Amino acid sequence: MKYTEIMVRYGELSTKGKNRKDFIGRLAGNVTKVLRDFPEVEIRPKHDRMHIILNGAPFADVDQRLKKVFGIQTYSPTIKIKKTLTMIEETALALMKATFKPGMTFKVNTRRSDHNFAYDTNELNQMIGDYLFGQMDNLKVEMKQPDLVLRIEVRQDAAYLSSQLLRGAGGMPVGTGGRAVMMLSGGIDSPVASYLALKRGVEIDMVHFYSPPYTTEKALNKAKELTGILANYAGRINFIAVPFAEIQETIKAKIPEGYLMTIQRRFMLRLADQLRAKRGGLAIFNGESVGQVASQTLESMAAINDVTTTPVLRPVATMDKTEIIALAEKIGTFDLSIQPFEDCCTIFAPPRPKTKPKVDKAREYEARLDTSALIDRALAGIEITPIYPNDQFLADKAQEDAALL
Amino acid sequence: MIYFDNSATTKIDPTVLTTYDQVAREIWGNPSSLHRLGDRAAQLLASSREQLADLLGTKPSELFFTSGGTEANNWAIKGTAWQKQTFGQHLITSSVEHASVANAFTALENQGFRVTRLPVDKAGRVNVNDLRAALDSDTTLVSVMGVNNEIGTIQPIEDISDLLANYPTVNFHVDNVQAIGKNIWSRVFTPRVDLVSLSAHKFHAPRGTGILYKKAGKMILPLHDGGGQEQGLRSGTENLPAIAGMAKALRLLLTDEVEKADREAAIKRKIVDYLQAKPGIEIFSPVSLNFAPHILCFALTGIRGETLVHTLEEYDIYTSTTSACASTRSATASTLSAMQITDRVATSAIRLSFDETNTMAEAEEFIRVFEEIYQHFAPINHLGE
Repeated sequence: MKYTEIMVRYGELSTKGKNRKDFIGRLAGNVTKVLRDFPEVEIRPKHDRMHIILNGAPFADVDQRLKKVFGIQTYSPTIKIKKTLTMIEETALALMKATFKPGMTFKVNTRRSDHNFAYDTNELNQMIGDYLFGQMDNLKVEMKQPDLVLRIEVRQDAAYLSSQLLRGAGGMPVGTGGRAVMMLSGGIDSPVASYLALKRGVEIDMVHFYSPPYTTEKALNKAKELTGILANYAGRINFIAVPFAEIQETIKAKIPEGYLMTIQRRFMLRLADQLRAKRGGLAIFNGESVGQVASQTLESMAAINDVTTTPVLRPVATMDKTEIIALAEKIGTFDLSIQPFEDCCTIFAPPRPKTKPKVDKAREYEARLDTSALIDRALAGIEITPIYPNDQFLADKAQEDAALL
Repeated sequence: MIYFDNSATTKIDPTVLTTYDQVAREIWGNPSSLHRLGDRAAQLLASSREQLADLLGTKPSELFFTSGGTEANNWAIKGTAWQKQTFGQHLITSSVEHASVANAFTALENQGFRVTRLPVDKAGRVNVNDLRAALDSDTTLVSVMGVNNEIGTIQPIEDISDLLANYPTVNFHVDNVQAIGKNIWSRVFTPRVDLVSLSAHKFHAPRGTGILYKKAGKMILPLHDGGGQEQGLRSGTENLPAIAGMAKALRLLLTDEVEKADREAAIKRKIVDYLQAKPGIEIFSPVSLNFAPHILCFALTGIRGETLVHTLEEYDIYTSTTSACASTRSATASTLSAMQITDRVATSAIRLSFDETNTMAEAEEFIRVFEEIYQHFAPINHLGE
């Protein structure tokens, strides 16, 4: 079926009053970003709907991208045709043949804004229904809850036909919920937390700590590639790599073993907070889940969170591991997350970290370090990479391989 | 030159050789090394495996790289026998297998395993009823080739699979070396096939590499102990240039597979049509759905196969006395013997084996030359009397 455009219906928008314009503008921008390698596609955001004019771009490929864009409630691939009865009949038949499966019930649903058109909605419903009955076997009409609704809209410029109502990703357009930084490790939880933050419209910058030569380039690339998967939901995400080895070495040398983990985390949070401030963010997100590991007990969280008053939001805080994994599988990050590259959280992990660290002890030990100098040097070494949907960093040789093989 | 000995080995494809060369020069790290060079090699190894799996319709984790068909066959057979010997020590194969299968079973027999060798009919084909009768509670392995290397018989792999559906603990191995790319068993090993052997040099790839497909969940003991490559089952540094070449060659081979097989079949038909009319010639590989399109075995009775091969060679035409692996020994062809062909006829047999690069013009040239040879030998041999 050669669709000419996609009709997009907005999400929670109706409750948003004056923000409507903002919302629609953001959504259009995000759609433009995810469809950036289809230059022929035109995006026309309107007050009540958005029209994506395909201009020959294959619907199936556009669909793959579109279904991940937050802020879209439903959408329909549509064919725009001339307003003649024959064209409407033929197109209706072609659409039915493409989407109807034996056993389904259907109805024709016509809307007409062009009141000069020769037939009214009831007449059109009747005529097109009759025509389809004449051309296809086993059709069954059902008015109340049909499996398939053939929608016909007769407007001033043309007639629009569609037979599918596809569910969008829901949520809010990324960017309408303000900016924040996300602490992305490379494990299973933080990508899921990122997804949930994006779903509420929050635009996030990824902050990733890495510690060469203790961690390999692969671990860094894995985090970048995870960001590439998440960029499907955002259009583009900035990835900030923060060198962390010097801080870890210093802590290892000067802090009692039981508090290694707590103090490392306090540094991470400080760094994330400074990056947030520099980039105009309002909050910090992370993938902590209550009680999952020593650093995620409430006592630990309190001792770590002590370094900032910025809101630290934890979207997966109350989820079970199995729930987090199910979501990771759904959003496509799981297989990558379980790739076993050591990250900076594991390399200096003490064998017996305190699960109930004390805030004042943490402060007292930390006083032995030149905190601000360490932080400044780490910040001086950051690298920012804009990452687009499905950018690859681990398998970046795949194309080279394809040429060889 | 006319090369009609493709079942022995094939000429390496120049573009495959380019891949080999490039990989050997540029991606020479050990895939097991930690550093970047090793990483790059591991990446290419994974890409090669994925491409092969895609082409063969398997999972990448089900493909194991070996040194060739012989190792794959030995591993499938001995690996199964040893892995399962506490459950049973009875093994079944056919009487027309390639030496690497037949001799692996002989070796196991010498270790105390019980081996049943199924007979074949006049077409060299195994009968499923014989297999049914041979199976018992001690049986752990059935190994039957996909296509016979000497005369091209296609074995009833589907029927055997159906029968073995009732014997889930028996490993079913198919030596598929001759069948690949001939529109026979290229992709679908039936779901009941557990182990499949392939050899790269039979499809224009470098020699010294091959594949054993092992269905997920099936256990076989490794033959090599060492560094634990290939999921710990086949130690030894991977022959990456050859493996990459093999992946490329298989892609090329399976492109337009049907058309290629049809072309080979047409060449075979042309020569068979000619030979059929000649007194004194016996054809063992008829044009039939039960025979591979690329193998033609026949005998000019009374003239030793070796004599014919050498005579043809004078005209720059390369053929073989049945299997290349057996042809340097004086023993008669094992498949023909198993088919109850008399020694006198069997020693006269020669094998032509085609590939997709052979042409109808070559078939015509072969016929012209053979007619000359035939006329020369006819009076000596009192043919047609």
